[in-house]
Amino acid sequence: MVESHILERLRHMAAVGVRAQTGSAADSWLAHGLARGKLHEVYSSADEAACGAGFAIMQAILAGATPLLWLRIEAVERSGGRLHATGLAELGLPPDALIVALVPDAPALLRAGADAARCPGLGTVLIESSGPMRGLDLTATRRLMLAAETSGVTVVSLRIEAEPVPSAAATRWSVAAAASSPLAADAPGLPAMDIELLRRRGGPAGARWRVEWDRDTTSFRGAALSGAGLPLAADRAAARHPPAPVRRRSG
Amino acid sequence: MGNATRLVALDRAGMAAGLRPGLTLADARAQVPGLEVYPHDPHADLDWLEALADGCVRYTPSVAVEPPDALVMDIAGCTHAFDGERFLAADVERRLMRRGVLARHAFGDTPAIAMALARFAGVPAPDEARAVKRLPVAALGLDAEDTAALARAGLKTVGEVMARPLSTIAARFGEQAVTAVRRLSGEVAAPIVARPQRVPIFAERRFAEPIARTDYALEVLNGLATDIAGQLDQRHQGGRRWEARLFRADGQVQRLRLETGAPTRDVALLARLWRERIDALADPLDPGFGYDMVRLDVVLAERLDATQLKLEGGAGNEGGDVPALIDRLSTRLGKARVRRFAPRDSHIPEQAELSLPAAGPQPTATTAWPTPEAGEPPQRPIYLFDPPQPIDAVMAEVPDGPPKRFKWRRTSHEIARAEGPERIAGEWWRRHDAAIPTRDYYRVEDRRGRRFWIFRHGLTEEVDDPRWYVHGLFA
Repeated sequence: MVESHILERLRHMAAVGVRAQTGSAADSWLAHGLARGKLHEVYSSADEAACGAGFAIMQAILAGATPLLWLRIEAVERSGGRLHATGLAELGLPPDALIVALVPDAPALLRAGADAARCPGLGTVLIESSGPMRGLDLTATRRLMLAAETSGVTVVSLRIEAEPVPSAAATRWSVAAAASSPLAADAPGLPAMDIELLRRRGGPAGARWRVEWDRDTTSFRGAALSGAGLPLAADRAAARHPPAPVRRRSG
Repeated sequence: MGNATRLVALDRAGMAAGLRPGLTLADARAQVPGLEVYPHDPHADLDWLEALADGCVRYTPSVAVEPPDALVMDIAGCTHAFDGERFLAADVERRLMRRGVLARHAFGDTPAIAMALARFAGVPAPDEARAVKRLPVAALGLDAEDTAALARAGLKTVGEVMARPLSTIAARFGEQAVTAVRRLSGEVAAPIVARPQRVPIFAERRFAEPIARTDYALEVLNGLATDIAGQLDQRHQGGRRWEARLFRADGQVQRLRLETGAPTRDVALLARLWRERIDALADPLDPGFGYDMVRLDVVLAERLDATQLKLEGGAGNEGGDVPALIDRLSTRLGKARVRRFAPRDSHIPEQAELSLPAAGPQPTATTAWPTPEAGEPPQRPIYLFDPPQPIDAVMAEVPDGPPKRFKWRRTSHEIARAEGPERIAGEWWRRHDAAIPTRDYYRVEDRRGRRFWIFRHGLTEEVDDPRWYVHGLFA
């Protein structure tokens, strides 16, 4: 009995993968992406939805958590634009590793998300939702988290134009657009964004970063540290940049 | 013989009017001005012949198609149901006559003899051997030159050819002439190449008392699936398309269909898919007074070999792989809603990629995805609006330049950085009717860092007051 229990644990570890936690845990996402086999939440406003989605995609690429299943509600697809695989490929996500499923409504979204989170063949499940979601409560997120921990699939809940509600997610992020460092002739540069860690399970939160995504090296880099690719500590970034204007509505 | 259009086949009235196959259309029209002609479609003819062959399975399991116009049936041991072969042939002709098909038949010891008799028999003969001997030499099926040579040598019937020593025929006309003669004499029997029969795979269960619960009907369905899985296992096949029919006591039949991406005979997976299918129905299943029969058919089966189990025991795959998930989602949401992307050879942004159903076999890509240029920021957005969304209050410094500010979705955006234009013209080689305005695309970033892909629809020399649109959003 004991042996079978150990075997079960080993199998689970083999499926989920064992990560060596080096350096500051809050910083590890910069190098390795979001922790696998967990539920993460990403918040962004409606007109910066592309940055939120981009952040989720970049994290999946960093962690090597592909294939990626992107679940969207049809109404969101109509208002927010459809996914453009060529553009996603330019962030570094191979189009072959992308599957999109359109669901009619919020309950179907949660159901499909729960099913997908139980499928160990996937790397990431991206659940995109817009506005308040009544069904996405503590119970539902707890269920997603459990499914993710069992299967080793990273579940990212992308919340557009939504207020944070209590959830069982491992981390909660706020992503906003940031001015990029211009190229020659004042052309927009690499994708840049302001990122705030709103909440983290079992650790302090509130750190902020301003990062640029470099597709060629598959890494984030600080906007101010031009091209050096240096690891970016939370406090240093905060010291160099005044806190980015992450808008949070009161009430 | 030139490129003249010729008659291939004629109906009875046409033959009566003196026309013959092989006549040029111009000559035929000269003889019969009101001639109705249709283009020759050999493939359709063959399809029709095969459909007839399928129908002939009622007489014998072994039916062969002899293009262009014949069917050969092996009726040995199959005539008792019709009180003898004459009645069987009469039944075939009666059925064909009902469809307006005029058919000739003949019986023979071998398929070759029967074919020759059916095609060329003229005068009735007391027995088969003599009937064969009376056939014209054309019945040997040699090419036109050899047939003419035989006629010139004074040999008019098959019997006359048979009377000659075979060695002289071989010396003059070659091996195949000898084979043809021996075929008709019955010495060499070419086997009948029967069409493969697809025996349908199905299972059904009838109930003495109608069952009124859908859940129980589902359980029965799973039982039938177990039965079918056994049949499929023996054939090394798996089902791709399934159909379940629930026969209601009042005569209504409710059909449920399933399709999986890969062939399967996994009963547990099928049970889940049936459950999904029933849950996805717009109206729930209504058992009414109950079902008195449940039937499960495998509509399409494909090869599926046995899989190795995991070494430490347990099933090889606990239904956790991606294709199974895609099947489940496709069954629940509809095939068109679960998609993958494929590249397409077009420079028009919204046509440069296809999204195809993820379930089922994936087409092989004919074009590759464009490789992004190193060191460059993304040139294409991650969200694309289709159709593009118009923007208002566009202020540009110069008519051909990027805007300084614009208004979209009730928000004003002040442009801080811009790159462009990337000029994308319409595919003029596709449409000839109207000039499609050229689009000038700009990558712009506003003061807050939001990045847009906008374009001006038309150059200033093409359009008086070109409109601006947002086409996509960058990360």
